[in-house]
Amino acid sequence: MKTKLNPTWRELELGCTVVEAGSSADYKTGDWRSFYPKTDEDKCIACGVCYIFCPDDSRHLAPRKKKVEGALYTHYFDFNFQFCKGCGICAAECPTHAIVMIEEGKK
Amino acid sequence: MKNRLEVGKPLGIEISIAQAEVVAQCDVDVIAAYPITPQTHIVEHLAEIVADGDLDAAFIPVESEHSAMSACVGSAAVGARTFTATCSQGLALMHEILYIASGLRLPIVMSCVNRALSAPINIWGDQSDIMAERDTGWVQIFTEDGQEVVDQTICAFKIAEDRRVMLPAIVNMDGFSMSHVIEPIRFYDTQKVRDFLGVYEPPLRLDPAKPMMFGPVGIPEIYTEAKKANDVALLESRKVIEEVWAAFAKEFGGSYRAVETYRTDDAEYLLLTVGGMSQTASVAIDQLRDQGVKVGQVKLRLWRPFPHEDLAALLGKARGVFVFDRCLSTAGPGGPVASEVKTSLYNLRERPTVVSFIGGLGGRDVTVQNFADLVQKGIGYVASGEAPIYEIVGVRE
Repeated sequence: MKTKLNPTWRELELGCTVVEAGSSADYKTGDWRSFYPKTDEDKCIACGVCYIFCPDDSRHLAPRKKKVEGALYTHYFDFNFQFCKGCGICAAECPTHAIVMIEEGKK
Repeated sequence: MKNRLEVGKPLGIEISIAQAEVVAQCDVDVIAAYPITPQTHIVEHLAEIVADGDLDAAFIPVESEHSAMSACVGSAAVGARTFTATCSQGLALMHEILYIASGLRLPIVMSCVNRALSAPINIWGDQSDIMAERDTGWVQIFTEDGQEVVDQTICAFKIAEDRRVMLPAIVNMDGFSMSHVIEPIRFYDTQKVRDFLGVYEPPLRLDPAKPMMFGPVGIPEIYTEAKKANDVALLESRKVIEEVWAAFAKEFGGSYRAVETYRTDDAEYLLLTVGGMSQTASVAIDQLRDQGVKVGQVKLRLWRPFPHEDLAALLGKARGVFVFDRCLSTAGPGGPVASEVKTSLYNLRERPTVVSFIGGLGGRDVTVQNFADLVQKGIGYVASGEAPIYEIVGVRE
């Protein structure tokens, strides 16, 4: 069941309880962002630290093949800008400094 | 659970102990409480009942009343029948969680032993604590003796857990003049009490097998609707309250109404009281009637939802209504109860003069003579047409 966008008071669940699990995926928070993360794929080693530290759902595995220093990487981590709030935690935690935060509207 | 007390005949018992015994009869699953001052014997005795193995419940002693009510919210959210008790500063410390309990529609039952708020430090009885919680969205019931405490506690669980209500409920009793007093109280068979309440089955509960989120954000597009839903639920609980009181009377006896009256036939003046002091006031009414004063008494049992229509019907035709509050809304409307009563009457075409008297603060005794004097003073104000907004009585000038 999808929650109605603007329910009347009669349509609210008891105590405003959210009765289906995982519904935060329906709540797009990307427009809170004032800085966005940008990855330099030459520096990225696909370690997944950004994915682990991301406090929202904005990092996900993306299949993409690439050879780095002889090793074949099959997946990288992409941003989902519908959820990325631009907190910068990924950039702060990235061990190879591959991620930089750029102000929205600037290149 | 076996009957711990003899059933069906009046037993001399302290009301706090009776409160604990009836809560055990109600088959609660969780009791979370702050166990020391300002606590009463209620949770101390409940801890004993649990420790004795007579009640299969979790007793959670926590580090503050804020935590006590938070633990109650958690246990009620998983579907446990939940009880706590507090008073004065403890109730004040619970304040923010009281809104959460009602907002999440959790049928917690709380005993509130009404006592004063500091400063100055005062542990004695008045109604300052509960009046500060009037807007928290709980069903709020007052009692005037130990039997009413026992009866209303059973009713409170039944009211709160009704699918049409699903709101927390407070049963109030006066601090010390009720809580620490031994009275003759009649208990009912435990199995009959449990059959009356039934097994609590919440419509929604926290359960790992079916994950849900209790207490999400209510953005501006939702908050007003959420408040409206709670307001309607509390207003409509009145119907269920009447049903439960009627069912209780049928099963166990007793008679309960939202507003009780005493010698109000042909009364030109009415004294309105709340809580344990009502009985003292009734004696004053008898004395005044003997002297030929046409005065009666109205006793408010149901504080939330507030019985506006009942009061308008009962008080509207009187010449003067004298409301006795054991709480001061400082530099505001005076007595909180008087303020609500005025709201009930204001839109009537003809309405009585309402005089707000405030007394009995911080354990100050109010005698029969004090009540009689107060009524005479009120009649004087009605005659002169110069009633104050409110007046503190029994104060040394």
